[in-house]
Amino acid sequence: MSKSKAELLNEETTDKGQGLSKKEKLNQKKARHIDSRPFAEISGTKIRARSKKKKRINRSKAGDIALFLFLAIAGIISILPLIMIVNNAFKPMDEIFKFPPDIFVRNPTWNNFADLGVVLGTSLVPFSRYLFNTIYVTILGTVGHILVASMCAYVLSKYRVPGGSFIFGLIVYSLMFPSSVTATPNYIILNFLGLIDTHWSIVLPVIGGSMGLFLMRQFMNGISMDYIESAKLDGASEFKIYWKIVMPLVKPAWITLAILNFQSLWNTGGQTTIYREDLKMLSYAINQIATAGVARTGTLNAVQLIMITVPIVFFIFSQSNVMETMQHSGMK
Amino acid sequence: MENTINENTPLTEKKTLKEKFNDMRYKIDLWSRKKPLRRKIYLNRYLYLMMFPYVLLFFTFTVLPVIMSFVLSFTDFNMLEFPHWVGWDNYLNLFLEDPIFITAVKNTLIIAVIVGPGGYILSFVFAWLINELPRVLRAIVTFVFYAPALTGAISIWALIFSSDYYGWANSLLMNLQIINEPITWLKDADYILPIVIAVQLWMSLGVNFLTLIAGLKGVNKELYEAGAIDGIKNRWQELWYITLPSIKDQLLFSAVIQISNTLGVGAVTTALCGFPSVQYAGHTIVNHLTDYTSVRFELGYASAIATLLFIASIGLNSLIRKAIRKVGS
Repeated sequence: MSKSKAELLNEETTDKGQGLSKKEKLNQKKARHIDSRPFAEISGTKIRARSKKKKRINRSKAGDIALFLFLAIAGIISILPLIMIVNNAFKPMDEIFKFPPDIFVRNPTWNNFADLGVVLGTSLVPFSRYLFNTIYVTILGTVGHILVASMCAYVLSKYRVPGGSFIFGLIVYSLMFPSSVTATPNYIILNFLGLIDTHWSIVLPVIGGSMGLFLMRQFMNGISMDYIESAKLDGASEFKIYWKIVMPLVKPAWITLAILNFQSLWNTGGQTTIYREDLKMLSYAINQIATAGVARTGTLNAVQLIMITVPIVFFIFSQSNVMETMQHSGMK
Repeated sequence: MENTINENTPLTEKKTLKEKFNDMRYKIDLWSRKKPLRRKIYLNRYLYLMMFPYVLLFFTFTVLPVIMSFVLSFTDFNMLEFPHWVGWDNYLNLFLEDPIFITAVKNTLIIAVIVGPGGYILSFVFAWLINELPRVLRAIVTFVFYAPALTGAISIWALIFSSDYYGWANSLLMNLQIINEPITWLKDADYILPIVIAVQLWMSLGVNFLTLIAGLKGVNKELYEAGAIDGIKNRWQELWYITLPSIKDQLLFSAVIQISNTLGVGAVTTALCGFPSVQYAGHTIVNHLTDYTSVRFELGYASAIATLLFIASIGLNSLIRKAIRKVGS
């Protein structure tokens, strides 16, 4: 084998000397390439075609059509309200109050967004403040949760420390009840810690959330211990292993954590723990616009579109990572 | 002059901070060698340090609240005065003297019975159908079905079920001559619960749905070929004997999420029908809890509700987990 390789190398050098045309060289290379491969690989195209046929085992055509028709109808029901939101945002006043209402806009206009600008420009607290609050809380909560939870998930997944399985058991149990159970005592605790009326009252409970940690730990279970052990032989500290080796490998997991956290934080109004107007979030401000009544319908539509666009864009860009993480999410 | 000399020549040997620290570490090391468990914890101290921030927050905002709500449920507490012990009074009042709580339990149960299994089965059926699509189409369809839960855009339903002519539901029905007068959907006790259930079902394809899609994607394709040779004839047999057992872990996780979502229904009712809803027609346990927490400030009573909700969730979960473990066997 090694001899033949050497021969090939020799040939190549002699080729250069003889000065063949580029095309000839390429052909020669190709021929050599194919020859060196096993038979199965050469006929790979055929094998792949056959396996594609095999994929359709146990499927009847009528069943296929019926099921996909069902899928299409359900898909329309699922997405229609969102299509309405998009169209409503661009409807002029007379189309919004048309009877019977249309789903699709006829004369699209930017007026609703312009009105929104006027409403927000005249509010007591500048709109940019609400926007800043939401972005600040969202980033702090998301980044904080990813860092803190993955650090803990790394230990829980890769080591058997005394007490570790007990803590993980508690985390699994905490997935099982709705968050409303802890809402009341949380308020008392936040009050005791003096965090009421600060952004921390929203951020800290989110950082301590259990869903993200669970997903992260399950994903880390799929990483081979070999990486960690070899790094340890090279003298890396635990933190360095976590940061330099494990974190890059679990990128799909932290993107998933980011989108899940982002989703919940983006829609937080913070009404329960924040009373100061200048600390409140976007979602709260928007609900205030909504309460102004029928005259603000157009503005409200514009706002709704803005609110749903951001998570949608995030999800579209991270979908494949999310799916990869969820594959590991199983529970025993 | 003399002072500076005195300072530079101390009588006793003063240790620097680093030396003190090293001494202490040495002492702790010695101390830890006395018991094996102690030694193990000491050797893993950096791992504990890494776990510490999360565990601290988790205990503060999840474990401690559960314990607190259990303890407070036996007290009368209003945030201002120190709580005083009342024994089982809160629980007795809940079941015997609070008809609204009974309504809330009834509504929650109705919602749970329909939305729980309904949303779960929908999530699975769609995930299963989507799994057969080609890759690009699959990504698009996944997004289409996940979008309602992703955006949480409940308010569009307020527009659809608006009480005037301009509401989509009303205008559609009036055009078809089914009704003559617009129906006040969200203010009518007869319609509130069905609408809440419908919206909740619409939003039920959430994280559990993604989990199931991912699980199905990971099923080994060779199993199907092997199954076909072993005599599996149609897609239903394939589903029961191959697919479901292969994604058992994901089924379990998804069920856990579904249960806690279903029992936590409340935000949709508030967003659509206001708080409280007309004749408490859409009032759920979570709504009742919110009422006593943030409106009436009867925190002892609210804690009793929370504790019952907690027990119900954990109980239901262990039942369902037992059932799912039996799938395919």
